Amino acid sequence: MPSSENTMPKDMPIALNIQNLNVYFGEGHEKFRAVKDVSISVAAGGSYGLVGESGSGKSTVLRAVSGLVTNWDGTIAVNGETISKKREMSYCRTIQMVFQDPYASLHPRHSIDRTLSEPLRLHKFDNIDDRVNQALVDVGLGTSFRFRYPHQLSGGQRQRVAIARALMLEPEILLLDEPTSALDVSVQAEILNLLSDIRKKRQLTYILVTHDLAVVAHMCDEIAVMSHGEIVEVMDVQTMRDSKPQHEYTRELLEASEGYQAEA
Amino acid sequence: MNKPLLEVEDLWVRFASKKRVVEAVRGISFSVGRERVGIVGESGSGKSMTGRSILRLVRHPGQVDAKKIHFDGQDLQALSEKEMRDVRGHKISLVMQDPKFSLNPVMKVGDQISEAYRVHTNASKAEARSRSIEMLNAVQIRNPERVYDSYPHEVSGGMGQRIMIAMMLIPEPDLLIADEPTSALDVTVQRRVLQIMDKLVQERGMGLIFISHDLNLVASFCDRVIIMYGGRIVETCRADELQNAKHPYTRGLLNALPDIHQPKDQLSVLERDPKWIEDPSVDAFL
Repeated sequence: MPSSENTMPKDMPIALNIQNLNVYFGEGHEKFRAVKDVSISVAAGGSYGLVGESGSGKSTVLRAVSGLVTNWDGTIAVNGETISKKREMSYCRTIQMVFQDPYASLHPRHSIDRTLSEPLRLHKFDNIDDRVNQALVDVGLGTSFRFRYPHQLSGGQRQRVAIARALMLEPEILLLDEPTSALDVSVQAEILNLLSDIRKKRQLTYILVTHDLAVVAHMCDEIAVMSHGEIVEVMDVQTMRDSKPQHEYTRELLEASEGYQAEA
Repeated sequence: MNKPLLEVEDLWVRFASKKRVVEAVRGISFSVGRERVGIVGESGSGKSMTGRSILRLVRHPGQVDAKKIHFDGQDLQALSEKEMRDVRGHKISLVMQDPKFSLNPVMKVGDQISEAYRVHTNASKAEARSRSIEMLNAVQIRNPERVYDSYPHEVSGGMGQRIMIAMMLIPEPDLLIADEPTSALDVTVQRRVLQIMDKLVQERGMGLIFISHDLNLVASFCDRVIIMYGGRIVETCRADELQNAKHPYTRGLLNALPDIHQPKDQLSVLERDPKWIEDPSVDAFL
């Protein structure tokens, strides 16, 4: 498969550059290559979408970048610096991740305050009190939520907390793994608006993984389509809006997102 | 269309606790003919409870009351629990959302499908086996013989869902209630599953209640749509006219969806009006 060409605007520096990434699961003869020779580069301030069906390896790419899976080879460079397997503390300040299921990604017995202040303590930030309050205001929750527990919040509110947590260390790059797929459409709209606002305000770089083509068209400038661990096509958002993809598989995905059509 | 298969009038589902009574479904009336009816709504709107209450599958402390639940001329509320078992599966089937919780983990997949067939017919074991394998084939499972002899943990989620659908369709029910049957499936498999259900409606005259939160899918797949909010029906319309829906809630849901072809700067956020909860339920008869 051809790896993606760098079709980034030339004037922006590259925030994240992945070259020939392979991720493996299992050992010996059961070793399975979940991600195959994936190369993407994302300009600083850009918003990059990874779409594909379940099992296509799209989340695994994010997990390799964030260091949650370790069995990978290839090159991952952040702001021009190639990163090693062992992650530095400072790396966490550059890249943070928001997970799919807000019901699973918050510690059920930690208060929101503890969830948000823990990364600050680990990284020896000052003014923890103010920062936590400010973070809650920034994601539209308000300080009254500070001493509640996750079970007292709705799914949308939980996802706001998860976003606040990811923003605590003031990262430059946010990895978003299906951030709205567990939410109702009306709540999805709120969260997507919040994410767009934050990106504008803080000039963040997003890498968004989703199976929903409408969401990716709304959020991203450039989109890579993955299937069976490989990138089959990279296109800009306009190509997608005009429904003019090159690859057969992308066409099929686009067609299916239009709804049901009786057998041809 | 023809005479309704299922008629429901003034259906209530209540959950009583010590402190208060939660009303999950609040006095809805609708009917289903030999057609595809979609029920859409957000989580907590009572759409799943509606499907379950028809088959009397609402667990204690849930309580179901209705003026009328008639299926094919038969009063379902008057049936004993034993008679109800004959209705479930054979006449009305329910496909639930999550295959992980609806398959028996310690029983081979194939045996579960054959069982569903043999309970309702006098088929022999061999006959049931060949029929099951045929059905697995029909839901596009490659190598059905191997899947027949596997356990639920050995199959993927999407395959589990297709197995559930095979199991529900094998007794050839007159009415299928499908509760988010395709939300866990890949788009290509999803299309295939919808085609199978579509065919059963067209060719065998099965009735289908399709419960979903996906407005686009329901609009393109179903004949009629029922939109639920807060346990009530706020609007009902023909599926191909969903884009022209009038109720502010339905409009709000449609506007909140991102669109591939028409970029929007900001998505409009649904403003909920407390009046919607109070408004009387709309009847959704044929």
